[in-house]
Amino acid sequence: MAHKVALFVTCLVDLFRPTVGFATIKLLEDAGCDVVVPPAQTCCGQPAYNSGDREDTIAIAQQLIKTFEPYDYVVAPSGSCAAMIKKHYPGLFTDDEAWQARAQALSDKTFELVSFLSDVLKVENIDAKLDKNVTYHDSCSGLRELGISAQPRKLLASVEGLSLSEMKDSDVCCGFGGTFCVKYSDISNAIVSKKTDNIANSGADMLLAGDLGCLMNMAGKLKRQGSNIEVRHVAEVLADMTDGPAIAEAKK
Amino acid sequence: MTQIITTSNFKSNARTALDDKNLQKALTHVERGFIGKRRSAMDALPEFDQLRDNARDIKNHTLENLDLYLEAYEEKVTKSGGKVHWAADAEEARNQILKICRDVGAKTVTKGKSMIAEEIGINDFLEENKIEPIETDLGEYIIQLRGETPSHIIAPAVHVLKEQVEEDFRRVHTHLPEARNLEEPESLLDEARKVLREKFLNADVGITGANFLIAETGTSVIVTNEGNGDLTQILPKVHIVLASIEKITPTLEDVSQILRVLARSATGQDMSVYTTFSTGPRREGDPDGPEEYHVILLDNGRSNMIGSEFQDMLRCIRCGSCMNHCPVYHAVGGHAYGWVYPGPMGAVLTPSLMGIKDGGQLPNASTFCGRCEAVCPMRIPLPKMMRSWREREFEKHLNPSLQRWGLKAWAYFAKRPKLYHLAMSFAIPVLSKIGWKKGRIKSLPFAGGWTKYRDLPAPESRTFQQQWAQREALKQEAK
Ligand code: SF4
Repeated sequence: MAHKVALFVTCLVDLFRPTVGFATIKLLEDAGCDVVVPPAQTCCGQPAYNSGDREDTIAIAQQLIKTFEPYDYVVAPSGSCAAMIKKHYPGLFTDDEAWQARAQALSDKTFELVSFLSDVLKVENIDAKLDKNVTYHDSCSGLRELGISAQPRKLLASVEGLSLSEMKDSDVCCGFGGTFCVKYSDISNAIVSKKTDNIANSGADMLLAGDLGCLMNMAGKLKRQGSNIEVRHVAEVLADMTDGPAIAEAKK
Repeated sequence: MTQIITTSNFKSNARTALDDKNLQKALTHVERGFIGKRRSAMDALPEFDQLRDNARDIKNHTLENLDLYLEAYEEKVTKSGGKVHWAADAEEARNQILKICRDVGAKTVTKGKSMIAEEIGINDFLEENKIEPIETDLGEYIIQLRGETPSHIIAPAVHVLKEQVEEDFRRVHTHLPEARNLEEPESLLDEARKVLREKFLNADVGITGANFLIAETGTSVIVTNEGNGDLTQILPKVHIVLASIEKITPTLEDVSQILRVLARSATGQDMSVYTTFSTGPRREGDPDGPEEYHVILLDNGRSNMIGSEFQDMLRCIRCGSCMNHCPVYHAVGGHAYGWVYPGPMGAVLTPSLMGIKDGGQLPNASTFCGRCEAVCPMRIPLPKMMRSWREREFEKHLNPSLQRWGLKAWAYFAKRPKLYHLAMSFAIPVLSKIGWKKGRIKSLPFAGGWTKYRDLPAPESRTFQQQWAQREALKQEAK
């Protein structure tokens, strides 16, 4: 029987880049999953959690747990939102055994998209084509909290025509950090400027990553600098959905 | 070099640091030098992660039984002829040191590197009391000449360029020939050695820090690369060890375990060049050593951390790895943090010691990239503890009210999916239209923090949920 997978689309993808949501659904369906999009979803609560607002974080987490617990798996096209559910939700309920058990159960079946395809569904090859030289940025939460590093590179290697040029320090933060990038915009700018230098020096003509927050930050900086490097979520490439405009680009 | 605390001005300090060209140039050494060396040391020692677990467990056990080990330590020090002075806060520690110095009529004091000395501001205090403190660690010596404070816990002068050091030496060492060559780092080190040699011989008291205090033996341990610490503690009549209470480690064996992760995490060396153990004053028949041996044991807020969510921070062995790998530290350097402890460890420790009201900026100034925790040899969950500080700040209503209300308004919607989707189904198409032409938005009211430096990618069109709902509806109709 096909796995019943609930898509947690994440707030940024929902609002800014629906294409990533559709690409995720295509990848999951191609891999044989039965995909559902529960309508009662908003955000994983990171903005509140990382601002120290525990009360709202807990309320948001409880609502998300209720919405998603009926399914076999929960998949999100974001390392940081998946890590929030997987690594941080159980810790929110240390004083409440019942909720902690529910949070833990959800944690166990929640995955970031690319690692889900690779580690759980054992997808080895992807049927996609892209004649581009790409570079891949390792978003922090995905890399350090979920160990996502080899999986996207392996799947990208199976995309026909695609070559990968690693940038220097691909595992160093891009300076996004959620609300950090607006609260400490000067520092964030210094960090993202180093990142865009490394991206440009890689010689790639497309930048990929697995988290829309980081992608919007890097794309916003690249475009402000007048760069014509295309920026996309890795799911768009894997799903062969790169016909539409790239992030921060106009419709053709 | 009066110590001025500017932690609450972190943001403007950071701005100044970002505009400082020399500093920016110097900071590239942190990024390049330390990281690669640590990496090579790791790669050469497959059991490194196991050693980290051991180190963590040793310190956890110690902290659970801290009172016991502190008492045992004091007993051993006393037995070996030394004296332990308990200092509840910085002022008490300063006065204890002054009294020891005065009792022997000290005029000059040599100092090994010690962050606790910075924490209690001992140099200013001694100077005010007509006792000359002389830094003997090269980095500390350089910043003393410049009237600055350390900007890094293991490389205090990492913010200074070699050319600037040359300038300082020529300015201060006027008794040396002007035509001398000071181009190489080695020539600078040689010159500092020469100048310091006399001072070592004339000092009345030597103050060192301690990397570890061993409860089993009453021994203090320092690790250095220049050997200056040894001369500081052996030559003068009186040796004062200045250390905070969490430096206690149960046994010699425990210390040798933790030493295996310390230098590797700090500089990538297997061991520092000198690891020096000192136990009590000179005994009969000893060829050298001080006549008096004192230990100042400083609390200064640490015992309040025991049993709190910040207890893990007391495992820190001050290796500096967290700041060496921190993108924020790389961008602004150590002085921006405004007090003794910079980088991620400072972002947790500083508010613990000075209070969240003044230290609150630091735990906020992190992207939570997690690299600090990934490299910390003591496995200290630094981001988690920074978040705990943010929670305390939020509970106490200490964060800016505009931020607070923005967050509350957002949370109101995030908790009500139907309302949220309705609101977004209006807002997002509007935003999309604003950026329609270029696919991005150059400036937007209330988004200045973002658009000052970057464009805002425009939303594609309608929200995913809107589009999905429509598709599902069409599917239903088709059935
Ligand atoms: S927090 Fe960890 S990495 Fe940072 S100085 Fe302390 S021991 Fe080293």
